[in-house]
Amino acid sequence: MSFSFADVDSVREGLSGVQYLADEGIAGVVYLAERLQKPVLVEGPAGTGKTQLAKSVAEATGARLIRLQCYEGLDESKALYEWNYKKQLLRIQAERRGEEPEGEGMWQHIEDDLFSEEFLLTRPLLEAIRASEPVVLLIDEVDRVEIETEALLLEILSDYQVSIPELGTVAATQIPLVFLTSNNTRELSEALKRRCLFLHIDYPDLDREKEIVLAKVPGVGESLADQVARIVRSVRQIELKKAPSVSETLDWARTLVLLGVEHVDADTAAETVNILLKYRSDIDKAIKEFASSDEDFAAPPVAS
Amino acid sequence: MSVEPANSPLLGLLAGFISELRAAGLPVSLTENLDAMEAVQHIPIEDRDAFKYALAATLVKNHAHWRAFETVFEVYFSLRGAEYDLVDGEWPDGMDLSDFVDGMDGQQRRRGGGGGEAMSAEQLAEMLFQALMRGDDALMRAIARQAVQRYAGMEPGRPVGGTYYLYRTLRNLDLDGVLKRLMDQARHDAPGDLTPLEERLEQDEFEARIDQLRKEVEAEIRRRLVADRGVEAMAKTLRKPLPEDVDFMHASREEMMALRRAIYPLTRKLAVRLARKRRHGRKGPLDFRNTMRHSLSYGGVPAEPKFRYPRPAKPEIMVVADVSGSVAAFARFTLHLVYAISNQFSKVRSFVFIDGLDEVTGFFEGVDDIGEAVHRVNAEADVVWVDGHSDYGHAFEVFWERYGRDVGPKTTVMILGDARNNYHASQAWILKEVEHRARKVFWLNPEPGAYWDTGDSIVSEYGVHCDGVFEVRNLRQLESFVENLV
Repeated sequence: MSFSFADVDSVREGLSGVQYLADEGIAGVVYLAERLQKPVLVEGPAGTGKTQLAKSVAEATGARLIRLQCYEGLDESKALYEWNYKKQLLRIQAERRGEEPEGEGMWQHIEDDLFSEEFLLTRPLLEAIRASEPVVLLIDEVDRVEIETEALLLEILSDYQVSIPELGTVAATQIPLVFLTSNNTRELSEALKRRCLFLHIDYPDLDREKEIVLAKVPGVGESLADQVARIVRSVRQIELKKAPSVSETLDWARTLVLLGVEHVDADTAAETVNILLKYRSDIDKAIKEFASSDEDFAAPPVAS
Repeated sequence: MSVEPANSPLLGLLAGFISELRAAGLPVSLTENLDAMEAVQHIPIEDRDAFKYALAATLVKNHAHWRAFETVFEVYFSLRGAEYDLVDGEWPDGMDLSDFVDGMDGQQRRRGGGGGEAMSAEQLAEMLFQALMRGDDALMRAIARQAVQRYAGMEPGRPVGGTYYLYRTLRNLDLDGVLKRLMDQARHDAPGDLTPLEERLEQDEFEARIDQLRKEVEAEIRRRLVADRGVEAMAKTLRKPLPEDVDFMHASREEMMALRRAIYPLTRKLAVRLARKRRHGRKGPLDFRNTMRHSLSYGGVPAEPKFRYPRPAKPEIMVVADVSGSVAAFARFTLHLVYAISNQFSKVRSFVFIDGLDEVTGFFEGVDDIGEAVHRVNAEADVVWVDGHSDYGHAFEVFWERYGRDVGPKTTVMILGDARNNYHASQAWILKEVEHRARKVFWLNPEPGAYWDTGDSIVSEYGVHCDGVFEVRNLRQLESFVENLV
């Protein structure tokens, strides 16, 4: 069995080659996922690059990305496989037209034929299992499916196989690298968690965020990126309804570049902060904080 | 790769580590245990961070448990070097962890250059200032080490907690003063005047660095304590409850902050879950008209029965909360939670009392920041009648007099408090009347069950008139109560 990554550092290099800046934790877990052949459950606030991680890993390893977007009401026929009912009907009709049915043997023949691979519609999960080339399987927003539907995933996650009653068990020819993302709107079942490696992606720290801005926003200067990262860090420290995510940071940086801003002062920040924050009350709060930092400096609020 | 014999002390250590995690309340299953054992074999053991993340990825499946994990990890794997002359032959040499070596180098460099031991307190303070100014991590680590050695006054075998040493060390370093100095320096260095925004950014930067230093000091103290007392004993003293298990009534300031952070995701989760339950609940009764209409396509045979959508009755909630000192935090969290899911109820009214009672529903109307509203309740509600000591009897009297007629057969009344009545008249008859009129009356008590009816607590006197009295000491219990309520 060959691995695409020799060690943790090569994961990081590989990912940074496709403009994804992984920190120690992310790189370590991706590395382990491949070695242990276990799925990774990625959790964290929205917009911190959970989905992007899977995409980037696929890009870095040159694997095909197969994506299953989860939603409420997702079922077997959308996730695993489905019989091509219309084609099966056609098959039966064709049989009738050709020759008269000749008793039991004929019927057996049709039945075997109807439930063969020819009439199987593969859905993402089965497709990932059956693929012969390396595959990255992304199961996006797994917390959106009902807790009962989660059970669909268990077989594929632990044994990399799918059981189809009419056909038997389809086992994986190669082990796909599986990423599940969750926004944590509900607690996932123990059974699912147990089968996965767990990775929490939080907001990046100052240096990483700055690097991300530098890598992703064309035309941004070193000092502007630094300022953007600093301001975003400060904004995240305020108690907000929705803290700015990395994607919002990037949007903001792009806006500043478009506006030709070289240096962010309080006014520019106040004018463009609506790109960073999406709630009226949050915006007001942030503007107030930045305008009034003079006063609270009299007694520095050092956290205890 | 297979388990090499040389690794077995490590496996032993891991086993102890995992049982400590379990003792701290983390649900670690057998499979996860095995995964962890396998994972660490793929990781170069001298890479401490990778080692930590490998364990975390396999053992910690809930981000709220991360802190607990980190503490246990620090205790178990904060290995110390020859400097402290410790006997740690049982650990393989490979585990002499890299960041620790860095720290040593830093210190040795210091020693070679400036003579670390001989430094005066002023020199140390100056070095600290410089390190913070430049954000030099290695130097900061060396200083933390020096400071602990110098100021903490640690003696082997002394039965004092780490917080005491931490306090002593930090007091001597005078971080507030250092922050002020740093800010002055920053102002001085700046070409012009600092705008409020710039000032704020500088300050956040320095605070982050100081926080870093504080962590280094903590880690250093922990290392030394582990060296002194051994891993198991330390792990036990440092064991902290998980956020959802923190007792409302005895939460420290820091735990309170953690609780407040925890409540936002919790309410969101609860709301999503309840909304889902509502949509996917059992089917309602047979919808006769709809069934008949569909039967037309089957030639009048009602082959496909149709059901009405379930419309579970939304209860009307009245929250009556004691907000006197001892139970205020509990009332705050409950109000927060109830209002966060208020769309599950047809109406929510809230009242707060100490010895007087005031309706605070208005504070929550049309506000989208519940935290802010709860804060205003604390500051503005008029709840003191005579002396500001809880008087349940009088509060109930006022409630009955003013709002009693609003209690109807759809109303669920939730009373929050410890029922410590300061020996005033109980007026339990009012609750009896309320119960008579209301759909349900629940009493939530933040005190542990064992303390009920001790001293001036008269829970059971009120309790006989309630449909249920519940002990609600932490977020976990609160969440499950509120969910059942809906």
